[in-house]
Amino acid sequence: MIILVVLEHDQQQLRPGSLSAIGFANDLARQAGAEVLCLLLGDAIEPLAQQAAQFAPVLAASSPLLADPLADRHAHVIADVASNRQVDLVVAASSTYSRDVVSRAGGVLGGAMASDIVAHAWTDGRLEMKRPMYAGAILATVVLQSSPQVVTVRPSAYPAAEPLATAGEITPLVVDGTSLPSHANYDRLESKPSHRPDVTEASVVVSGGRAIRNSDDFERLVGGLADCLGGATGSSRALVDAGITPNELQVGQTGKIVSPDLYLALGISGAVQHLAGMKNSKRIVAINSDPDAPIFEVADYGLVADIYEVVPDLTSKLACDKT
Amino acid sequence: MKILVPTKRVPDTDQKIRLRDDRRGIDTEHLPFVINPFDAIALEEAIRIGEQQDSVEVLAVGIGTELYETELRTALAMGADRALLVEVPEYSDAQGGLDSWNVACLLREIVHREEPDMVLMGKQAVDDDASQAAQFLAALLNWPQATFASSVDIQPEGLRVARETDSGIETIQIGLPAVISTDLRLNEPRYASLPSILKSRKKPIERIPLADLGVLLEPRIEILDMEAVSAHRSCQFADDVDQLVGFLRQDTEAAEE
Repeated sequence: MIILVVLEHDQQQLRPGSLSAIGFANDLARQAGAEVLCLLLGDAIEPLAQQAAQFAPVLAASSPLLADPLADRHAHVIADVASNRQVDLVVAASSTYSRDVVSRAGGVLGGAMASDIVAHAWTDGRLEMKRPMYAGAILATVVLQSSPQVVTVRPSAYPAAEPLATAGEITPLVVDGTSLPSHANYDRLESKPSHRPDVTEASVVVSGGRAIRNSDDFERLVGGLADCLGGATGSSRALVDAGITPNELQVGQTGKIVSPDLYLALGISGAVQHLAGMKNSKRIVAINSDPDAPIFEVADYGLVADIYEVVPDLTSKLACDKT
Repeated sequence: MKILVPTKRVPDTDQKIRLRDDRRGIDTEHLPFVINPFDAIALEEAIRIGEQQDSVEVLAVGIGTELYETELRTALAMGADRALLVEVPEYSDAQGGLDSWNVACLLREIVHREEPDMVLMGKQAVDDDASQAAQFLAALLNWPQATFASSVDIQPEGLRVARETDSGIETIQIGLPAVISTDLRLNEPRYASLPSILKSRKKPIERIPLADLGVLLEPRIEILDMEAVSAHRSCQFADDVDQLVGFLRQDTEAAEE
């Protein structure tokens, strides 16, 4: 059995989620007696291949044609590798990249795909997986029916892979430019530069909701507390819709899924869709002026107060704590 | 231009989901259903394109049993020109419907019959939360795809689409025909007015029996069991900021021990 892990990177670093995907693959490989192989796609990716080889052998598909994360090309290479090497299971971390690219590859490979799995068991020679449905209200145990199988794993559910004693082999993959589809042209990525960690990768997340009136207030209240705790900022859907926060901060069913050690919800009422993105956090603290806000039902600690009045005080007192 | 909008019937997102005693599905009795919110955004976008350009036909497609008629009438009332139901008698809403592979296979046949210029659909259905069907369909058709769209500009040579990604807004250009999946910020779907709801009752809903499409349903994902997940915790309320800081400090000290 061969497990192929599709890695994701930002050209400088492998995404931490990809290390969790390798962690899942290594774990399953031990149980099922399988071989793990990583696939890296991009241009000038040799340093990244060396990073990845610490955890598993790497196939490096390097070409200027793969520089941008265009779904048709990347999916074509992934599906090609999976078919040519008789891969049984394709794995990637859940992300917008894998939802776009790996799902398309899943379509080319026959559609046996499970998204966002949070647990698995190798039972009687088959892979049983658990995945959330209905905004996390239901956890379903599923099996896939044909081969190859394609799976995306929630990084928050799997620890990062441990490095190997000796690094894995790096095999360059020749990319045949003439066979690559060219359906799409990449234009640009607009990303707000941030000095804070990514919301999915931080051990502390401070999130703001509807109570926040503008982006300056968000930066001062939510950003200030996040910086004090060395954490990331997150946002409810309402603030993204209002243009107060960028989309990449949205935590929830259709945004990012987080499970930090500490999640502070400031002025967030707690719609089911938001809870789906953060309810597995280890500690949840909620501050909201409405004592009946649903966020308190999933919180460990609560304070019924206007965040404009109490957050500056909280920030300064926690900062005192640190020194 | 013809725009195909596949839609899915899902439980109203404000409703509490309850598990059936046999743990093989959710309790759908008395559960209100709606058009999947992301598909409603796709429908709205298609209707707006029709309002801005001449000779645009918007075709809403549903897959399921006759229960789906209500939501397809809503699609007509919103402004779809036609509505088409692929009749699948064994379709069950209790497990999130057909899996993405079978949905994509059925839609491929509809695309072959209708030859649309664009397929606009939601980025995920809020029941199975799979986020696969649009990408599978694009793969099966070998069409370009633009997923998680937050704006769609029609240009002479194709489409310019802004996409919501984990790292920010990405813009790509693709040719037609293409599959587009819609994200939350693309638009705010309209409510159907009462007169248009009344008018939509007279419009026909075209029906295609599953057998006519020549697609054999072959499940790719089998649900063995379902469990209800409770996120409930008992919240300890602080009287003021000092007490809240005290709670957090206790935690930190406990963690350090």
